[in-house]
Amino acid sequence: MQSLSNRAKKLEAKPMTLAERAYLPAIFQGLSITMRHFFRAATKKQVTVRYPEEKRPFSPIFRGLHVLKRDEVGRERCTACGLCAVACPAEAITMVAGERKKGEEGLYREEKYAVSYEVNMLRCIFCGLCEEACPKAAVYLQPDKMAPPRFERDEFIYGKDRLVEPVDPNARSIRGIQLTPEQAQALSQKISQQPA
Amino acid sequence: MIELPTLGWQSIVILVVFGVSLLIATYCTYAERVIAAFLQDRVGPDRAGPFGLLQPLADAVKLFTKEEFFPAGANRALFVLGPCLAMITALMSSAVIPFGNVIQFGTNVFNLQGIEVNIGMLWVFGIVSLGVYGVMIGGWASNNKFSLLGAIRAGSQNISYELAMGMALIAVLMISGTLSLREITLQQSVAGEWHFWNIVKQPLGFIIFLVCAFAETNRTPFDLPECETELVGGYHTEYSSMKMGLYLFAEYVNVFVASAVMSVLYFGGFNFPFQYELRDWFVNSQGWELTSAQNLISIVGLLGLFGKIFAFIFFFMWVRWTLPRFRYDQLMRLGWTILIPLAIFNILLTGGLILGGIIK
Repeated sequence: MQSLSNRAKKLEAKPMTLAERAYLPAIFQGLSITMRHFFRAATKKQVTVRYPEEKRPFSPIFRGLHVLKRDEVGRERCTACGLCAVACPAEAITMVAGERKKGEEGLYREEKYAVSYEVNMLRCIFCGLCEEACPKAAVYLQPDKMAPPRFERDEFIYGKDRLVEPVDPNARSIRGIQLTPEQAQALSQKISQQPA
Repeated sequence: MIELPTLGWQSIVILVVFGVSLLIATYCTYAERVIAAFLQDRVGPDRAGPFGLLQPLADAVKLFTKEEFFPAGANRALFVLGPCLAMITALMSSAVIPFGNVIQFGTNVFNLQGIEVNIGMLWVFGIVSLGVYGVMIGGWASNNKFSLLGAIRAGSQNISYELAMGMALIAVLMISGTLSLREITLQQSVAGEWHFWNIVKQPLGFIIFLVCAFAETNRTPFDLPECETELVGGYHTEYSSMKMGLYLFAEYVNVFVASAVMSVLYFGGFNFPFQYELRDWFVNSQGWELTSAQNLISIVGLLGLFGKIFAFIFFFMWVRWTLPRFRYDQLMRLGWTILIPLAIFNILLTGGLILGGIIK
């Protein structure tokens, strides 16, 4: 019969030699292999990563926890078009669209924005199709952050409070990142001063 | 009024041996993990204390605080007796092992051995064969078929391998002509004469003894009584908390005792090469007294014996993380059709060599 993979090995049922039947040579061979590993581990190569202190580097194509990006002046980019939700194979994304009111120009980039935006991390498979579908470059899967484990199922539904990028990129607290009215005022002034 | 027996130095030695056995067994659990990790390119325990040295303490706290569980329908008395028996028999057999030669203070001569009896080897064998009761009772009292199967396996395995072990030992006894472990040790090195350790005279017997020691201590590749894949957990399936701990602990004590017995029987015990030359050098060139030189030799010999024991314990662990477990029919075939005939052949061979005057 023709071999499909070129890796086929011809097996022979030869009777075992005395050394093979005596069993001890094979044991010594095995012992020498493990001993080599013993000294290798004692000197240098260990496969262990001591986790909290030492972290395994992420793959360059890793896709982690979602973030909703802001633009260069701090406005939310998302226009609640729903393309990400359509693209999502796991149907993990739900959103409610709303109309931007007067005075909120510093908060939202377009006339339409997402009143609520939720990603269900229990359903999400981190495929990155939402990121590809987004015409506004708003939703983005972070390359260095994983969805952390939690105890309750409802804690896996990430709302805007946990998804929207903080205004200050140095602020690591994810919760409570909605702009205060003062910040929104300052932003809208900054935008009106910009040349059109 | 009851007259209490006076506590002699022997009771102190027994207490020390008891403590040392427990300490070594404790740190065997740590060493097992470190050695396993190193053999598999891992790190091993390193969180509790420096290099994870407090890991056994953490284990003890865990085992003592876990829930005590008694299965429904179990015989409570026997259920508790099982691990106790396993532990007691494991600890008792270390009493006759000569850990060192004599130490002399003035006119007081201390023998670094729990009990010096001229049936030492019989004592060890008697106690070791009692050890199977701990396992059997544990498996029976659990009221669980898997436990019972594990216990039956343990029982038949221990009995099968004890035969070959005893016959391997007979060859040693033919050379030594005594059952006293101290005598056997001293015969392996006599002042002014060139004496080999028994391993040189009994290489085949040693291999048989070693294989049987693995089977007797229920260590891999002969750990069939406790294989998870076939028997859920073996004879200690239903055990929890410190009762389970005692079973595991008894196994390590058994490993320690088996290592000590092998060191004494085949590797010269507390003897080390050129010990008499060293003693004479201290006496003649350095002007020491004979007793203090002898004491020094005894202490070095004690440390040497522990070195041999640790080497054997390491070997036990090394084999455990190298070889897979036997299938049960393979185990029985090895014991009955290979090891026992080999042991008988070894007896005949030894007898022939003694008659031929080649070894004595």
